[in-house]
Amino acid sequence: MKLAEIKDLLRCEVLAGEEDLSVDISQVVASDGMSEILAFAKSKELMITGLTNIQSIRTADIAGVSAVLYCRGKRPDKKVIEFAKQKRIPVLATEMVMFDICGILYNKGLKGVS
Amino acid sequence: MTAELLRESFQIQGRNFDKAGEISSEIKVILKDLGIDAACLRRVVIVAFEAEMNVVMYADRGTIALILTDHDISLEVRDDGPGIPDIDLAMKEGYSTASDEMREMGFGFGMGLPNMKKNSDEFCLESEVGKGTSVFARIRLDSHD
Repeated sequence: MKLAEIKDLLRCEVLAGEEDLSVDISQVVASDGMSEILAFAKSKELMITGLTNIQSIRTADIAGVSAVLYCRGKRPDKKVIEFAKQKRIPVLATEMVMFDICGILYNKGLKGVS
Repeated sequence: MTAELLRESFQIQGRNFDKAGEISSEIKVILKDLGIDAACLRRVVIVAFEAEMNVVMYADRGTIALILTDHDISLEVRDDGPGIPDIDLAMKEGYSTASDEMREMGFGFGMGLPNMKKNSDEFCLESEVGKGTSVFARIRLDSHD
C-alpha cells in the first residue's frame, strides 16, 4: 500500500516528506519503546509511535524504516520535523489511537513484523 | 591477525539526550560511504545506537571505537558509569533499571543489551561496579538479519 493511501485512510497530516508519499509499505512496526522498534524493524516498514521526541526520528533512521506515523494527536516540535526532513524520512500524524490504526491497517492487508 | 583498515574513536557526552545517537548516525554515514552491505550496516548501527544510548543514560562520559577489517566491523564501547552488578540479569529481556526520564525518551524497557547481543556475531560485556562498563561487539561483513 502506498503511503499516500495510508495518509488518506487514517486522515493524516503530513509533517515532512510530502514529495515521498509514493513509497510502498507492506509491513508495520508499532511501539512507544524505541528498542522494540530496533528489535523488530527489518527496514522499509511504517513505524507507528506515540513518542515524538528527537529519538523517534533517530530510531527511524537507525532502523531504516520508510516512514514515521505519530498517533493519538501527538505532534513533534519543529526541531524534530527539521531533523526528519534532513534524514529524508516522511512523517505523518493522526488523531487516531495506536490500537485503531493497527486494526485498520491490518484489515487492509498490512502485516506486523516479528 | 587481520589488518585494520579503519579505526575511529568518538567521545560520548553522557546525560545529553539531545545529542544522544549522533555518533551512531555518523557511524552509519561513514559505513554507508564505504559501501558496507546494508544488512551488516544495519546490525552495526543498531548495536552502536543501543550502546550509545546506554552510555548517555547511565554515565557522564564514554567512548566508542569503530574498527573495520577485511572480515568484520568491531565496536568497542567504554564508559565510566556505575557498572552492572549482575550481568546475567542485565542481559535478560525485560529487565531494566531505567529511570522515568529514560523511559520518556523511549528507552529503558530492558531490550537494549539483548538487542545488541542479537545483532552481534561476537558479543562481550565487562563491568565493574563503581568503575564502568565495556562492551565489545563484532559483526561479520557477510552477516545477515
